Amino acid sequence: MSVLKRLLSDRAASLGAAIILGLVLVAILAPWIAPYPGDVTAFHLADRLQPPSAEHIFGTDRMGSDVFSRLLFGARITISIAVIAVGVSVAIGVPIGLLAGYYGGFPGGFLMRTSDIFLAVPQIVLAIAIAQTLGPSVENVILALSLTYWPFWARLVYAETNALKKQTFVEAALALGASDLRVMVLHILPNTASAIIVRTSIGMGATILTAAALGFLGLGAPAPTPEWGRTISEAREFLPEAWWYAAAPGLAIFLVVMGFNLLGDGLRDILDPKLRKGSR
Amino acid sequence: MFVVFFISNVVPTDPARIVAGENATEAQVVALRTEMGLDQPLYVQFGRYIADLATGDLGKSLYTQRAIADDLLHRLPATLELTIAAMIISIGVGVPLGVISAVKRNSWIDQLLRILSVSGLAVASFWLAMELQMYFSTKLGWTPLNGRIGGWGPDEITGFYVIDSLLGGDWASLWDTLHHMLLPAVTLALPAAATLVRFTRAGVLEVINSNYVLYERAMGFPTSLIIWKYVLRNALISTVTQIGLIFGALFAGAVVVEAVFDWPGLGTYAVQSILQSDTKAILGFSIVVGIVFIGVNLLVDIVHTFIDPRTIQ
Repeated sequence: MSVLKRLLSDRAASLGAAIILGLVLVAILAPWIAPYPGDVTAFHLADRLQPPSAEHIFGTDRMGSDVFSRLLFGARITISIAVIAVGVSVAIGVPIGLLAGYYGGFPGGFLMRTSDIFLAVPQIVLAIAIAQTLGPSVENVILALSLTYWPFWARLVYAETNALKKQTFVEAALALGASDLRVMVLHILPNTASAIIVRTSIGMGATILTAAALGFLGLGAPAPTPEWGRTISEAREFLPEAWWYAAAPGLAIFLVVMGFNLLGDGLRDILDPKLRKGSR
Repeated sequence: MFVVFFISNVVPTDPARIVAGENATEAQVVALRTEMGLDQPLYVQFGRYIADLATGDLGKSLYTQRAIADDLLHRLPATLELTIAAMIISIGVGVPLGVISAVKRNSWIDQLLRILSVSGLAVASFWLAMELQMYFSTKLGWTPLNGRIGGWGPDEITGFYVIDSLLGGDWASLWDTLHHMLLPAVTLALPAAATLVRFTRAGVLEVINSNYVLYERAMGFPTSLIIWKYVLRNALISTVTQIGLIFGALFAGAVVVEAVFDWPGLGTYAVQSILQSDTKAILGFSIVVGIVFIGVNLLVDIVHTFIDPRTIQ
């Protein structure tokens, strides 16, 4: 409870939390709050590329669809890509880090060197390479991002576990006859939780940016999907006249990533004072 | 690399069919498959690839049939030049602003810089690139729309246009190159500058309260001398490591920014290869980027020992 209270007393972090909450609500309620819910696939050629007006607050796109409505549905794609990709990364990375850190030796070294291989190439490049070989679709973007980002959690948990396993409370648990699995899951894992939470919040922002870049490069979902990165690349040929077309999804990405970064920074200051760089 | 190689072989696309074209007969495709070694088991193919790799051969592009290593090597200077330009901008802007932010902490300027640096990290670079391009090139006409240079470019010596035009005394090309480079470099530099502001601020704050700074203050050294000479040197230790990481991030970020500005570097090559499903080219591209990445990390470790004598035992 105190964590929540302290989070709310931090203006930047609560702004971040509010943005994310707003995004989630918008994503869930998209079919009800979008002014033109049918516009994701429908087209009205007479209304093509209309500037923002009372009927279309963010204007219309090349199909005459309402940019605002498509933006709301795009939030669903963005949030599902980020949540699933980060979820899978955590699900792969955390156990690997835990096992490698706890047992060490050759198997631990092997697991960590494997993660080094993934880290040797910049994330966006690896994600591009994987997504390209798998072919363009939302599922493949998620897979590419998961394969790209899991080493971050593996390394984090590995470092924490390595330090924690020498602590007295772990020795005590082992002396009392607890199994390795029990020590790992019930004693070590909870102590790494705050670091994982912080990393996850910041990782969401990075994942959303990479996913959008993949969409922009044409590696994401195919044509009528209102994914934000793809929308920006569609809007490109109508610049500078139809400025609203690219501006809306760009600002949406900016806002959401900002939200996760602010929340991550705030959480880090509260949960993980060791990591805090400089005083406030 | 291993990962990508294996995934690319699990995916049911037939490179031989792509190379042969749509009108090829089945016999032609089979012949081509044998020629390309695709009828061999996977481990043989992988072994061959690695053996070729050891001699610097990345295979041929499925589309152009040109050696991938040559293409990449030819394009590397363009990307490096852009990355280095962005690096210089981000250090030139990020470090001083970080120091100012730390020295005047909690003032309005610190708050403003913090808002700006958080924003700089949240913006999608391809979107920023497009917006800047639209405003400064298309609307105002201040900067060229895309590409690396207007004409043929200076006489090629190193492949770095800035260096080549300096060596050849070709001032028109130099100006033109810098003019073309401005927008892509600024776009690329923004998130890096934002990171550097944050790191420099934190580093300076850590050092500024230490005893030796207090001593120097007591000795009556002017504040600016203390800050810019003594504090900065110690504060920059963590920043240098960060700069290495940033170089890698810039190099990778160049992929997307290059695509928007049609900068003829590795990124544009990668994006073209994506559009053509040229898996081998993408693979070669990832390997080259990986090598540069590792090289930079090594360089950072070396530079680190020069700045921080404590690391030499």
